Amino acid sequence: MREFEYAAPRTVKEAVALLARANGDARCLAGGTDLIAQMKEGRRSPSLIVDIKRIPDLMRLDYVERRGLRLGAGVPCSTIYEHPVVREKYPIIVDACSLVGSLQIQNRASVGGNLCNGAPSADTAPAFLALNATAVVAGPRGRRQLPLTEFFVGPGKTALAPGELLVEIIVPPPPARSAGNYLRFIPRNEMDIAVAGVGSVVVLGAKGVCKDARIALASVAPVPLRAHEAEERLRGRPLDAEAIREAGALAAAACKPISDVRGSADYRRHLVNVLTQRTLYACLKQLGVTGES
Amino acid sequence: MTVNGERYELLVDSRQTLLDALREGLSLYGTKEGCGNGNCGSCTVLLDDKPVDSCLVFALEADGHKVTTVEGLAKDGRLHPVQQSFMEHGSLQCGFCTPGFLVSAKALLDRNPNPTEHEVRLAIAGNLCRCTGYDKIVRAVMDAAAQGRGQRTAG
Ligand SMILES: Cc1cc2nc3c(=O)[nH]c(=O)nc-3n(C[C@H](O)[C@H](O)[C@H](O)COP(=O)(O)OP(=O)(O)OC[C@H]3O[C@@H](n4cnc5c(N)ncnc54)[C@H](O)[C@@H]3O)c2cc1C
Ligand code: FES
Ligand code: FES
Repeated sequence: MREFEYAAPRTVKEAVALLARANGDARCLAGGTDLIAQMKEGRRSPSLIVDIKRIPDLMRLDYVERRGLRLGAGVPCSTIYEHPVVREKYPIIVDACSLVGSLQIQNRASVGGNLCNGAPSADTAPAFLALNATAVVAGPRGRRQLPLTEFFVGPGKTALAPGELLVEIIVPPPPARSAGNYLRFIPRNEMDIAVAGVGSVVVLGAKGVCKDARIALASVAPVPLRAHEAEERLRGRPLDAEAIREAGALAAAACKPISDVRGSADYRRHLVNVLTQRTLYACLKQLGVTGES
Repeated sequence: MTVNGERYELLVDSRQTLLDALREGLSLYGTKEGCGNGNCGSCTVLLDDKPVDSCLVFALEADGHKVTTVEGLAKDGRLHPVQQSFMEHGSLQCGFCTPGFLVSAKALLDRNPNPTEHEVRLAIAGNLCRCTGYDKIVRAVMDAAAQGRGQRTAG
């Protein structure tokens, strides 16, 4: 590992100044579960590491009735899924965060790091995409907000400009009669990279009609993405078996998977179809509507 | 940092992991390095009472924090119940993975003194063992939990 400088600033402003000074050769350090592993392998060798865990803004987790959830980029997964408000209002975040690696990993790994690492397989990405989350980013020219759908640019690439860091993720308050679920497929029970992952959020209107649906996919395209056509097909319709079957097929059509050691492209498309249907049924179950499965 | 209740000041290279600092800096060789990348859990320690893989933590990050290693489990010459239980159940063969399992198990029992078998298996899912087949480990943890309950009711 190449030698590097280490800094643990106390404010976002200091962090931005440090990143600016390093001319793109610095990296933020949250839980380090991706970064330290990458540095050991020699895949990354920054000259400066900016540990963000001592910045209060990045370690905050709070919920405000009108604005929703503000999730600091550095908060570890276990703190998130143990939080009573998250458990009550955002079951899909609990699903996703409790899947990231082992307990040892979850005690360090942050959602910010998961998103900023930019892996197509990032398990928290579909959950936050389906929740219509917004990323708050700070940089030399101040703060900006962007919808999470614009955050992923390519494998390992995000919309963060050099010198920018992710401060927090804002998730709108859950609408009445909404539910969410994230499922992934891996070849073993714990600790593996998703072959496919699907997160769905459903909002029900009167008479079981679907008011809104958001479906997001991981591991099946160069970036995590939303399956817009599948969502469209559900809106304004009763969420019955036929609608759910069609949504599954449309979600499968929306992805652009590769074939690799974990699974062929066809297998992945099939998984997306099945997982999409299962997440939708899980949402109905959460809402107390008995769907067949 | 505070390790097993004692305060230490340590000069470290920025590249040193917490694992390196414990082994090389403090000669605490209980914590083992298996994979070095977060997969095997043999380097598990408690950082502020939570299990983490010390191979994926820079020593500098632990500045001002509390660390517990397997050496910190026994108190006043008495083994921690989960250590005792591992011995009684023969839950180790080569023993390389054992410190990591003990630390993970202690953290579980501190948080949840009455775990189900499923909860035990989840808590140690980040620890790999190439020898035992896990069953004896799970039984030892369940038994340590049961004995802890017995002691509490008795006392
Ligand atoms: C054994 C093991 C199992 C794993 N299992 C899973 C899994 O099941 N699912 C999964 O999705 N991932 C998994 N991972 C990957 C990893 O744990 C996650 O991606 C994790 O969420 C990364 O978070 P972190 O806080 O550790 O990030 P770090 O390693 O600290 O950072 C990751 C990247 O993001 C950058 N970064 C971090 N924070 C910010 C910020 N605020 N602003 C700008 N850039 C930032 C860093 O510079 C770095 O490039 C696993 C890793 C290991 C080692
Ligand atoms: S050595 Fe740290 S997890 Fe394997
Ligand atoms: S006893 Fe040998 S690895 Fe577990």
